[in-house]
Amino acid sequence: MNTRRDFLKGVLASGAAATACVAAAPALARETRPRPPEALGLLYDATLCVGCKACVAACKEANNNPPEFSTVDHLWDTPLDTSGYTFNLIKMYRNGTMDAKDQETNGYAFMKTSCMHCGDPSCVSACPVSAMTKDPETGVVGYNPDKCIGCRYCVAACPFGIPKYQYDSPTGRIGKCELCRHRHKDGHYSACAEVCPTGATLFGRTEDLLAEAKRRLAMKPGELNRFPRGHLRHAQEKMLQGKEDGKGERKRKGWRNEPDQSYETPAGKYLQHVYGEKEYGGTQVLKLSGVNFQKVGMPDLPPDAAAAMSETIQHTLYGNLIMPFAVLGAMTYVAKRNVKPDDESSGKEES
Amino acid sequence: MANHQHAAPAPVGGSLVNIVTLSCGVLIALMAAILMVRFLFGLGAVTGLNDGYPWGIWVVVDVIIGSAFACGGFSVAMLVYIFNKGEYHPLVRPALLASLFGYTLAGAGVIFDLGRWWNVWNMFWPGSINPNSVMFEVAVCITLYIMVMWIEFSPTFLEAMGKTDAKKKLGKAMFFIIALGTVLPMMHQSSLGTLLVVMGVQIHPLWQTPILPLLYLLTAITMGYAVVLFESCLASSAYRRKIEMHMLTPLAKVMLGFLAVYLVVRLGDLLVRGALFKAFVPSVEALMFWLELACFIAPLILIGAETNRRNPAKLFLAGVLLMLGGALLRLNGFLIGYETGDGFTYFPTLAEVLVTAGMFAIEVLGYIIITRRFPVLPREEATH
Repeated sequence: MNTRRDFLKGVLASGAAATACVAAAPALARETRPRPPEALGLLYDATLCVGCKACVAACKEANNNPPEFSTVDHLWDTPLDTSGYTFNLIKMYRNGTMDAKDQETNGYAFMKTSCMHCGDPSCVSACPVSAMTKDPETGVVGYNPDKCIGCRYCVAACPFGIPKYQYDSPTGRIGKCELCRHRHKDGHYSACAEVCPTGATLFGRTEDLLAEAKRRLAMKPGELNRFPRGHLRHAQEKMLQGKEDGKGERKRKGWRNEPDQSYETPAGKYLQHVYGEKEYGGTQVLKLSGVNFQKVGMPDLPPDAAAAMSETIQHTLYGNLIMPFAVLGAMTYVAKRNVKPDDESSGKEES
Repeated sequence: MANHQHAAPAPVGGSLVNIVTLSCGVLIALMAAILMVRFLFGLGAVTGLNDGYPWGIWVVVDVIIGSAFACGGFSVAMLVYIFNKGEYHPLVRPALLASLFGYTLAGAGVIFDLGRWWNVWNMFWPGSINPNSVMFEVAVCITLYIMVMWIEFSPTFLEAMGKTDAKKKLGKAMFFIIALGTVLPMMHQSSLGTLLVVMGVQIHPLWQTPILPLLYLLTAITMGYAVVLFESCLASSAYRRKIEMHMLTPLAKVMLGFLAVYLVVRLGDLLVRGALFKAFVPSVEALMFWLELACFIAPLILIGAETNRRNPAKLFLAGVLLMLGGALLRLNGFLIGYETGDGFTYFPTLAEVLVTAGMFAIEVLGYIIITRRFPVLPREEATH
């Protein structure tokens, strides 16, 4: 009889502890985080891209990465995908006769592959040792090899397949675009945007870039329009003057002075979609294209980041260790009644 | 403790050199050689890993499946000490031993897979830890649990060394250690499922759900009992001992109870999320899903009836099926149902398989040495 009663007590105690905690759970639900207001990013406009790959070479140089070969003669850098040594790549879409650019059937198009700098990045949520971090001000997703344990959870977690690992090295690191944050202090911005001859890759505050993207979507295809190159000057000016509270100036020196490089060219035929505006709660790198984004390798993502769901579950179960301690308390109480001090001594005793 | 009289545990005795231990030795030596190449030349030198499949069998089989196989100790201890089912007491030590090995090796095995293993201390360094990371929680819990299990198992060694005083003192705190030993595995076995959540749409809908922690916890407990059935049958036949049917038959019933709950939750979740139709779309994923489900349902048919639960062969088979089902749930979620984009394939290399085999060889060898030399299995008039 005793046994049965104790068994029921065990069931009740664990059940009660679990219920109490789950009841308190919804308070810990976490929403998808938006981009920081001063987030920096890139706008890639596939209709302006000519596929010259100057950005790929500049990225290699800025990040001190070795060339990667995919041809027999090993003459020049020819990576087929981003890797632990290639953080930025222009890929080509081709279909049928490839008659016209930015056309889905019988056409071709280009697409840039590099870190999207998510507002709510999966890699940062996944990293157990804070080697992958998101700058609270610029929102740049950075990597610290001195903390990284090489578990590659970030590689698995990223929906864009961006963090990559150096499998060929006994001390392999994770490689990914960090928006050239190491060059910011010298007034340099992302190398890919700095060298882009057509302004297809543009650097700036994501907020400004989003406005620029929407300006382009409103253009009539073929109509002559002015397009900036390098970085959005508006961003620089706003920064140097500081915002209403003057904060901007104090925190960043601003980008080095360069002449206005904007030029006039006919507007492309855009899909009415700014990729990255809403995907996964919004990314800091935005993209425009004439060809369906899934066709050019960008995943179809929901508006909520997976990190939000993962952390909601994690903190519902383990927030402030309330649930583990409650269950531990219940278990200790029951075990104290059931385990005799000399229980482990011979197992032969009768009681 | 309840009113039960059990034979005290005693060393099995006998020779340590035989065909099984020698084979284990060879496998372990091969593993050591491969690991040397891995640490000198990098993961790419011996594994089939790539950026589309950054986790291979060293993570999925050695750690995620391996630690679930090692849940026997936790499952049985919970039954005996929390649900006060003293009649299963003799099963605790052997189950705990297997768990101890399974977990210690899973913990050590992680190091082989870490690309920057010398930084691993950051996992416990307050300035580095990331409490938002599911992996952080898993790592800390598994580390603590390994320590807790060594303490839980230490009376066996203290007994063999004749340190009765130390054993008595430890015995007074044992209830707390046992409580910790049930909470910690609940935490990390569920979190091993949560690991998939942050991967979002990259995981096939048949294996991506917010209730992953519950699914992984329930199957870990079920697999724990399955492993005990498996090991008890195997140990009895290998050591030519009497099979402990009076405990295994009712234990199988407990196992089926957990299994039934799991199946209701699993299928209910698929229905509620509207993901079940994916199982009828012809694909490798659908095939693997049905295979996994079959492994979970077959034991219900096989040993659903009391008379069948008295048949050791059927118990053994049911145990193996459930271990396989739980393993498939994990394999399917982490590898088969993981799709990160075109152009990537993964199949483990021979070297990877040999390292995994070497890990299991250490477990088998350790189990044989300890059961033959230390008091783990119940004493009996055995023939060797």
